[in-house]
Amino acid sequence: MSVDIATVKKIASLARIAITEEEAARIAPELDNIMGWIEQLGEVDCTGVEPMTAVIPNHLRLRDDVVTDGGVRDAVLSNAPQAEHGFFTVPKVIE
Amino acid sequence: MTDLTDLGVAAIRDGVRVGTFSAREVADAFIVKVSQAKALNAFLVETPDHAIAAAKEADSARAAGEALKPLAGVPIGMKDLFCTKGVASTAASHILEGFTPPYESTVSGKLWDAGAGMLGKLNMDQFAMGSSNETSAFGNVISPWRRADGGNAPLAPGGSSGGSSAAIAARLCPAATGTDTGGSIRQPAAFTGISGIKPTYGRCSRWGVVAFASSLDQAGPMARDVRDCAIMLEAMSGFDPKDATSLELDVPKWEQSLSGNLRGKRVGIPKEYRVDNMPAEIDALWQQGIDWLKDAGAEIVEVSLPHTKYALPAYYIIAPAEASSNLARYDGVRYGLRDLPDGANLQDMYAATRAAGFGPEVKRRILIGTYVLSAGFYDAYYTQAQKVRTLIARDFDRAWESCDLLLTPTAPSAAFALGEKLADPLAMYLNDVFTVPSSLAGLPAMSVPGGLDMGGLPLGLQIIGKALDEQGVLNAGLALEERAGFVARPEAWW
Repeated sequence: MSVDIATVKKIASLARIAITEEEAARIAPELDNIMGWIEQLGEVDCTGVEPMTAVIPNHLRLRDDVVTDGGVRDAVLSNAPQAEHGFFTVPKVIE
Repeated sequence: MTDLTDLGVAAIRDGVRVGTFSAREVADAFIVKVSQAKALNAFLVETPDHAIAAAKEADSARAAGEALKPLAGVPIGMKDLFCTKGVASTAASHILEGFTPPYESTVSGKLWDAGAGMLGKLNMDQFAMGSSNETSAFGNVISPWRRADGGNAPLAPGGSSGGSSAAIAARLCPAATGTDTGGSIRQPAAFTGISGIKPTYGRCSRWGVVAFASSLDQAGPMARDVRDCAIMLEAMSGFDPKDATSLELDVPKWEQSLSGNLRGKRVGIPKEYRVDNMPAEIDALWQQGIDWLKDAGAEIVEVSLPHTKYALPAYYIIAPAEASSNLARYDGVRYGLRDLPDGANLQDMYAATRAAGFGPEVKRRILIGTYVLSAGFYDAYYTQAQKVRTLIARDFDRAWESCDLLLTPTAPSAAFALGEKLADPLAMYLNDVFTVPSSLAGLPAMSVPGGLDMGGLPLGLQIIGKALDEQGVLNAGLALEERAGFVARPEAWW
């Protein structure tokens, strides 16, 4: 298994991070080296072992289905790069 | 009169309580120290007004004869990973530059409720990703320590809580918050000759803490000694309905029950932690620690944690996987940076914003995480790592059949020079070899200073305990501290 430039470009696109050819060429051997080292996990016999889902045994609680917080529209929008008419705004997505 | 900035949390609390000095005098003394230490780059934001307001409140409560709060008069530093209401919080990243939370994290809120004041927000590795504080978007934190060889090479304060460790070691604050995902409290504490404890996963609420890897992230205190850590941890811990993984348990009185007497305790020495090429000094310190714990009454037993060597590779799948998911929220829509190139559509905006806002290490981990979670690789990497995590936790459970605590070195070396490991990400990751396994198992673990290496730099010893046994960890930490008699401190050059 090796991580090549095409793979890096594909992952970057999945991760929504714009990447240049030069960056992809620099990152590919780094990731290849790290993933190569990670491969050693394959040596571990995990037959019959359940994957860990909770690190400390703790039941996920359910709370009453009621509003506990709200009515803070201005606070929610206060850090938006762009907000208009009480909404977050983004570039036009429908032609 | 003593320099108030030489005092720790307990001494300040007690002095303010009996009136040896006022809370205002304490706050002023630290505020001056912070303002004079720009060369360390430990603070991203200074908040003298916050510290002064808390001090005034403490002084007027005392004047009115009211009972003082547990941390009244104690000003602290706050790692920038904690969202603080009305004060810029960036997690040392460009992508959150300009973000001012309209809410308070549960942990910081608890500290203010306990009477503490804030001296400022502390620099850190960007999104807590790093072991040297070289990934901050706002420049490296420089350790206050220098090698004794006369060289002036700037040293790493450890990471990711490097602003916290540097500020405490340089006496800019008596204590600070840290967060620990794979060792980010313990390794910087070891590098700078201070103490720090990561409690059991779930003790401290993660609500309002910028998320890195949610199944691992845990807040904890850093301070100059074990007692101060216990006091801080009591104030930070406790059930929070806003964090689904928060433990619904009362907070024990850790400070009140502190005891360095370890009679009846069995301390395990994990044989797999004797890694290849470990510096002789680290080995010698470990042996010294064993002798100190014996002297405190503990029985020493050898134990085996057979899956130790797989902890780091498992961590470097699980943590980036969770990070890639958590950091998906930084898209230029709701907060922080937005990069909108001419004529860009929504997808282009996401990609451009994330390319401009994340540093190289953050991008690297998001890419690793996206890769291991992608179709075709999920089971081979992510599921396998989660199974190995089960085996690592099981190793600890087996060890607890023959011992109550574990003693190990905190890090495989003393602080290294800035830039030394930057070119090789893998070499940097290997620095967390002793701290990661207990993080994966969610266990409480603490680093206390044990001595100096030949270059005059601090080395730490790590105590790992059973889930919820913070008391056992703190007590063993105290036993080491009492015997190590560590008083070395960096000489001010900044």
